[in-house]
Amino acid sequence: MLRRLYYDARVRDLFWQIAISVGLVALTIFFVRNASQNMVNAGIASGFDFLWRSSGIDVPFVLTSYTASDSIWALFWAGVANTVFVSVIAMVLATIMGFLIGLARLSSHWLLSTAAGAYVEFVRNIPLLFFVLFWYFGVIAALPQPRDSLGFFSAIFLNNRGLTVPSPLDGSVFRWALLAILLAFAAQWLVARWAAARKARTGQDAPVIAAGLMLCLAVPLLALVIAARATGWDMPQPGRFNLRGGFVIIPEFVALLAALVTYTAGFVAEIVRGGIASVVKGQREAAASLGLRPGQILRFVVVPQALRVMIPPMTSQYLNVLKNSSFGAAIAYPDVVSLFMGSALNNTGQAIEIIAMTLAVYLFFGLIVSALMNWYNARIALVTR
Amino acid sequence: MNPQVRLSSLALWRSRLFSTPLDSAISLVVLAALVWAFAPLVRWALINATWAGETRADCAPGGACWVFIKARFGQFMYGFYPAAERWRPNLFLGLVVAGIVPLFWLHGRARLALGLAALLALPVLGVWLLGGGLGLRPIETRDWGGLMLTLFIAVYAGLIAVPLGILLALGRQSRLPLVRTLSVVFIEFWRGVPIIAVIFLASLLLPLIMPAGVGVDRLARAVIGLGLVIAAYMAEAVRGGLQALPKGQGEAASALGLGYWQTTGLITLPQALRISLPAMTNEFIALIKNTTLVLVVSILDLLGIAQGSLADPAWVGMNMEAYLFSGTIYWLICFALSRWSRSLEAGGPRSH
Repeated sequence: MLRRLYYDARVRDLFWQIAISVGLVALTIFFVRNASQNMVNAGIASGFDFLWRSSGIDVPFVLTSYTASDSIWALFWAGVANTVFVSVIAMVLATIMGFLIGLARLSSHWLLSTAAGAYVEFVRNIPLLFFVLFWYFGVIAALPQPRDSLGFFSAIFLNNRGLTVPSPLDGSVFRWALLAILLAFAAQWLVARWAAARKARTGQDAPVIAAGLMLCLAVPLLALVIAARATGWDMPQPGRFNLRGGFVIIPEFVALLAALVTYTAGFVAEIVRGGIASVVKGQREAAASLGLRPGQILRFVVVPQALRVMIPPMTSQYLNVLKNSSFGAAIAYPDVVSLFMGSALNNTGQAIEIIAMTLAVYLFFGLIVSALMNWYNARIALVTR
Repeated sequence: MNPQVRLSSLALWRSRLFSTPLDSAISLVVLAALVWAFAPLVRWALINATWAGETRADCAPGGACWVFIKARFGQFMYGFYPAAERWRPNLFLGLVVAGIVPLFWLHGRARLALGLAALLALPVLGVWLLGGGLGLRPIETRDWGGLMLTLFIAVYAGLIAVPLGILLALGRQSRLPLVRTLSVVFIEFWRGVPIIAVIFLASLLLPLIMPAGVGVDRLARAVIGLGLVIAAYMAEAVRGGLQALPKGQGEAASALGLGYWQTTGLITLPQALRISLPAMTNEFIALIKNTTLVLVVSILDLLGIAQGSLADPAWVGMNMEAYLFSGTIYWLICFALSRWSRSLEAGGPRSH
């Protein structure tokens, strides 16, 4: 009887799973008891009440309406906003720069592809923190003092206190511009659908590209220009010692963004190169022999197949950018790690709650990025029958 | 047949750079950009640089002051490890080399025996040699630093990450639903959070969850934190190898009557590890790059020492020298490893 039980796979599986659960529960109880004992010893009350206390922490770069007299909960959101802000901009810029370097790497021009290859080998083998510190303490610290700012078109000024840009006096016009841009994108989506349906029905091409350029480039540009003209601008004025007016983008942001973009672009370039190289030569040759023009080959044959290879690694690069934005903590860019896990934790001592909330932010946004990319991946995936 | 056209080197360069008008234009633009970017750098770092001397006063303005690196070389390598005891890390490095190099020549049982002995003995020996005690002068981890510490953290976090990663990868493919779920949750959790946050977490939470009075060394916390995260990434690298293996391998082993651990240990895992070795090397490179993050809990690895040396009033304004020197070391280590990983990949897995 026992012998039969010993050799029964189901019984053995059940036994091991129960054993593992008991072990884990015991370990958890051990840790939790230690933690609560240690917290009682240190005089820390657990719970999330601390979130409603006034924070008293000054933040040099705020996108929300946070001020030092607000609650710690508001501080948390100010940090989250800064994290998302730098991550999204870095994702966009790194994608553009990475694509350009990746294409340069594939170029038949020897010098161009060698230079791009050298860039990739250079950035991929150096720690990101090195770039963050280098940009902050090496490059931006070496920029001129505010009174000797480098000016561009007497509107944008760069100095060792950051980048000063004009700021709009009335931000609401940009909401209208955003609405117009969204409408243009929606219209383009409808046009593309109509063109695809028509092509399936009649085989005729519609000028989708021209319409797309109109709707996705010209309309947004026009909307932004009109919005920019409609509001007054607070222009930075070079004074005797400092700049007056304008909106100052702090040097920590500039350094972190520069580091994230230059570093991530090296990885994106490799993904782009790998994706395009993965489309076998026969595909291009077959398309050419069917009479497709080079532009059509690229659009209908190479890019769809290359994208399929590129999407999964691009997803992990975007997730890396999100996670790597926390490197700003090393130069005190006020992201969620440095504000909440750093300053707020120091002030309150609520280690467990604060760490859990901070990690939850990254897991949540990570899930969103993955979900978006999975949705996109499913859309472009090979349909097999 | 490919006609082998031999070009003289001049003609070769001409065909590379100036074969068409467009090519020529691109060449000129790229060359101009390279000269614009690198000429000042070369002038500063090599031509106008000062190599000999003792203090900052010996350095000529307008050029790099490599005297600074010379004066602080010991600190870049060992941190604040007492100069009289630096033979200990050196000896340990020698022992590691002596333990690993013969593995390339030995075969069969001798190789296995030496490998296992090195794997079991060296880590313990290393902690003893560096940390002291039992007859050696104790040196607190606070005084460790520089390149020595970078390598120490990378290797010891790797020693946690590789076995744990293998177990997690096996767990992810396990027949038992509980084991599978736990592995997936563990892997996805650690892969989803920033490493900098994990290092904060480890340095704050590890002492908290230990019984009162049990301290965890500051450096050990960072190593454990890094080890856990990299284990999750290692697990994914190993999983790639496990999935690349034809199913028949495991099934054939089962058909021969081998149990799970025999099948895994003797048949599937050795082959899977060989396939995933390049991916695992890449994770190890990422680990080396991420050791720099211990800076946020004030542990001074190579980059931390470079950063700290900027504050020395005797050597004001040596930012570029410190960064260039430490960056080159990181680059050399990671580049060598990535070349090795690529050569493994090109060699391909041995047939099974």
